[in-house]
Amino acid sequence: MDGVIGFFQDLGPNLQLVWDRMPMILDGVQVTLLATVLGGALALVIAFVFGIAQVSKFMVVRGVARVFVEFFRGTSLVVQLFWLAFVMPQLPYPLGFRLEPLLIGVLALGLNYGAYAAEVVRGSIGSVPKGQYEAISALSLSPARGMLRIVIPQAWALMLPSLSNLWIQLLKGSAIVNTVLLYDLFFQVEQLRDRTGTWFAYSFALLSYYLIAWLIVILMNGLEVRAKHRIGRGPALSQSWGSLFRPPGTSGRSARVVRDHSEAKLAGPMGGGGLA
Amino acid sequence: MNPEPNSWWDWEHAIAVFPDLLLQGFKITLVATVLGTLLALVLGLIVAIIRRSTPPIINGPVTWIVEFIRMTPLVVQLVFANLVLSPYVDSSLAIGIWVLGIHYTTYMAEVYRAGIDSVPKGQWEAATALSLPRLRTWRAVVVPQAVRNTLPALGNYAISMFKETPFLFVIYVPELLNVAQNYGSTHFRYTEAITLAGLIFLAASYPTSLLIRRLEKKLA
Repeated sequence: MDGVIGFFQDLGPNLQLVWDRMPMILDGVQVTLLATVLGGALALVIAFVFGIAQVSKFMVVRGVARVFVEFFRGTSLVVQLFWLAFVMPQLPYPLGFRLEPLLIGVLALGLNYGAYAAEVVRGSIGSVPKGQYEAISALSLSPARGMLRIVIPQAWALMLPSLSNLWIQLLKGSAIVNTVLLYDLFFQVEQLRDRTGTWFAYSFALLSYYLIAWLIVILMNGLEVRAKHRIGRGPALSQSWGSLFRPPGTSGRSARVVRDHSEAKLAGPMGGGGLA
Repeated sequence: MNPEPNSWWDWEHAIAVFPDLLLQGFKITLVATVLGTLLALVLGLIVAIIRRSTPPIINGPVTWIVEFIRMTPLVVQLVFANLVLSPYVDSSLAIGIWVLGIHYTTYMAEVYRAGIDSVPKGQWEAATALSLPRLRTWRAVVVPQAVRNTLPALGNYAISMFKETPFLFVIYVPELLNVAQNYGSTHFRYTEAITLAGLIFLAASYPTSLLIRRLEKKLA
């Protein structure tokens, strides 16, 4: 295809064009990172609040959390994004206002992936062995303290691989935000296309997202190693730098999860059972 | 049309848009999901088998490509494929289905891989002991057991693909959300159309995910 040939012929001038437009591209990168980090932070908060609420002993709390999670998982990210961008401004008084595009992006990404992550949190808390809960009462720790000091640190190590995958999903999902006028990395690269042609611009876009995704993988791998070390189930980070560069979805656990129901929710490259 | 623009909900708009949403939008969404899923189911299995049974010189690049597709945005892939292929392929729906299918192939390959790994080693040894040919070992011994283990996870990815079909909006496929959006922009009234689109997604995906949860319990 001539597109591919042109790609190599014009590589030099195209790279020059990228260099010239670097300020705009970096603006786009900044918006993408901002949406990914803020959206991820919101998702994490939602995940813990609604994940823990789902194992509450009060039925009402469990019920409300369940409805929230199913609603935001079930209605599709793009629909939620459009709802915030197009429907909200048309609503009557208390709700009818136009949100900032960045806020729309962060809210939609955070609510949607937060609902998925809540399932991961719930599943991980459920996978902490029963004996640990018995130990909490044996040591007469208060339930809150037991949760904080015994259950969560163990569940955290279990949930990190799935959270990592969900965060990458969120980054990928963020490429849709330019439809609600948020000028992210994808938008800025599309501006390049007129000058550089499709093959170059889109290869550049994909590669940029790939690199950002790897930043997330490395960060989350580091957190996972640390979390495992802290509960005595793995080497310290200083002894296993190599594990930072392990690709996602190959945490060694995936091999047996499919047969173990309690962990099945954590299976698969993007959080498996917890996802749909 | 709507005498009082400040009402929360206007049934006239809801009734006007609902048939289009269901008969046009939802139909396309379903077609994309079903065909995309079939594609991913087949290609995913092929990729998983390739990764398991070929020398590093093939396995290495395949693994890298799979990882690259999995870690880059579907939206960018859709627009890219559409720009490159639209001179050769008439239907943007067809392009969309292929991109969705290939994107999900990378997820499903990983699920199959886990499933294949979970087939006990003794089964492989038994196949060797019975001197079954390689192809027959895969077809009659490994794949049936591996797939059974992976059914819930594969089903979950099918649902997840269903909810990602609105991304096809970016290449102008008239799926559910696109129909809703069109109604919204022509009538300057988005509330009913987009809300209903969301509710249709919920109404279709929630019961299906309950079914899969039951299947999961049954197989466990």
